[in-house]
Amino acid sequence: MTLYIARRLLWTIVVVFCVIAITFVVFYLLPAGDPALRFAGKNPTTAELMTIRHRLGLDKPWYIQFLRFAWHFFRGDKYGWPGLGYTYASGSSVKALVFARAPRTLFLIAGASVIWLVSGVAIGVLSAVKRRTLVDRLAMGFALFGISTPVFWLGLMALYIVWSKLGLTGGTGYVSPVDSITGFLSHMILPWTVLALLYAAFYARMTRNNLLETLGEDYIRTARAKGLTERRVIFRHGLRASLTPIVTMFGMDVALLVGGAVITESVFNLQGLGYLAINSALQQDLPIVLGVVLLASVAVAVANLLVDILYAFLDPRVRYA
Amino acid sequence: MSSSHDLLLDVRGLTVRFPTPDGVVQAVSDVSFTLSRGETLGVVGESGSGKSVSNLAIMGLLNQQRTAISGEVEFMGRNLLTLPPDELRKIRGKDIAMVFQDPFACLHPMYRVGWQIAEAVTAHASVGKKAAWARAVELLDHVGIPNAKSRARDFPHQFSGGMRQRAMIAMALVHNPSILICDEPTTALDVTVQAQILELIEAVKREFDIGVILVTHDLGVIAETATTVMVMYAGRIMEYGPAQQIFERPQHPYAWGLLDSMPSVEKRLSALVPIEGAPPSLLSPPSGCPFHPRCRYRFEPCPTERPPLAVPTQAPDAHADACHLSWEAKQREGGKRSIARLGDAA
Repeated sequence: MTLYIARRLLWTIVVVFCVIAITFVVFYLLPAGDPALRFAGKNPTTAELMTIRHRLGLDKPWYIQFLRFAWHFFRGDKYGWPGLGYTYASGSSVKALVFARAPRTLFLIAGASVIWLVSGVAIGVLSAVKRRTLVDRLAMGFALFGISTPVFWLGLMALYIVWSKLGLTGGTGYVSPVDSITGFLSHMILPWTVLALLYAAFYARMTRNNLLETLGEDYIRTARAKGLTERRVIFRHGLRASLTPIVTMFGMDVALLVGGAVITESVFNLQGLGYLAINSALQQDLPIVLGVVLLASVAVAVANLLVDILYAFLDPRVRYA
Repeated sequence: MSSSHDLLLDVRGLTVRFPTPDGVVQAVSDVSFTLSRGETLGVVGESGSGKSVSNLAIMGLLNQQRTAISGEVEFMGRNLLTLPPDELRKIRGKDIAMVFQDPFACLHPMYRVGWQIAEAVTAHASVGKKAAWARAVELLDHVGIPNAKSRARDFPHQFSGGMRQRAMIAMALVHNPSILICDEPTTALDVTVQAQILELIEAVKREFDIGVILVTHDLGVIAETATTVMVMYAGRIMEYGPAQQIFERPQHPYAWGLLDSMPSVEKRLSALVPIEGAPPSLLSPPSGCPFHPRCRYRFEPCPTERPPLAVPTQAPDAHADACHLSWEAKQREGGKRSIARLGDAA
């Protein structure tokens, strides 16, 4: 097991390295314009542009830049380890910027994932147990609504009704829990719910289908033949076996949101990591994009590893060598 | 066959219907039988003959919303078919236990074997976890699992097929049930293991003095252990009586067909005669005798009139069958198929 984890961690490093390389290539091969032009002011002379390019390291071929990036990353730079460099726009530390934005996204994911996991699984179980009844149809209707509703629309509607009309919650923007815990909750409850809805719908469907399939298994009949209560049959025997694919999906979904909750972050003006990455990409500020991509890819790789390790505990048939 | 105080189960007119979008499937029609202490009732028939479904119906393991069950199943003075689900649950696994066909699929893959047996203990008795576990180990040892104490901690995938079936039997014995229903307990196992499992079931029956229902499609399986035999076809009983009689002089052409198609050491392959055709669809069963389309002995009344299950009037000592053939024909043809059983020779 230890060997397996070590090997997987090594692979994680390789994967992250590749992701960074690809980001570099994409950034340089796509004709996006010259970042130096942006910072040179109006009507710059060629000499000025050359100076700026040299200062940002843009006068070197992309692979030299890449190696330099990697070197700084592993050796650290003046802002400490890992060295993520400084932004083109302001010359400030990328690491500080990413670390300042990360809590917003992480809080958003943490709250939303708890909501969607609990409600999704609960709705799925209810739906499977009450199969073909009104409850089931309502639950699956909810799932269809959740899956087909665009987040930007839902977010705006939620803001309009709950915040603007009813005044029940705080509005857009981010309030740090350090400053005000009630302000934090009041500003997060809508983004949490809106983001969770889509996933809750998926999880409800998946739980329902998995559970229905499991309840048709022979070992469920054995459990009933033992004289167990229906509740025990469903939760201890049925849900237990349906849980593994849900755990896998949960790990991946959470990790992907580290860089991928852009729409929610934009609608609610939370200015998290995804929002930061998109804005930086539009402004051709490569170091920031690289910083976010790095964090996001590490999150995905680590989540993958965690899921695989957890799998061995969830399903005794899986043993890693 | 037995005195009435030993009567465990009295099934009368059991009928099971499944409504489907294409029509009603009548899986079991008007099945009646009894089971007494010390009896092994062998239920034989091809796939789809209703043998498994009738047992699942007795156990209340069919989806009640999607099945219509009628008739009576009397167990200890109570009709199991009208019992509230929770009352039936208290009987399941306690007084009536069941062993299923595929031991590979019947144990939960994610729980330890011992845990699953211990769970059966706590389902009907308020004992502590340790006591339940001890009972599980004791039973695993009893059914012949070597090193039961440590093997109880194994997961099902670490057990062989035969061991899993032994574990299933151990699970069934937890509360000393009075009835053990074995639904094709040896079908998924190697031939050598089959005999061991059948011996174990027989030993368990004698030791606990219980009644066993042994469902199988293999006449060879029940030839050795059954005391009574019930031959089923298309959801109906074709022949029902003491095993000795049925193996000595089977009375129904379907039973003859089963015997003719059964390989044995003495019989050459060319001597095997398959039953032509396939079992009928239970959506639209044949008129008259359900077996008539495949029967080599059919004559004029067979396609129109269904023969009732009855003891031939000319021979009150014979057993019941459902066939129009004359008693002479049954005697003649049945006598040709007589197989001597190991136990009867002694």
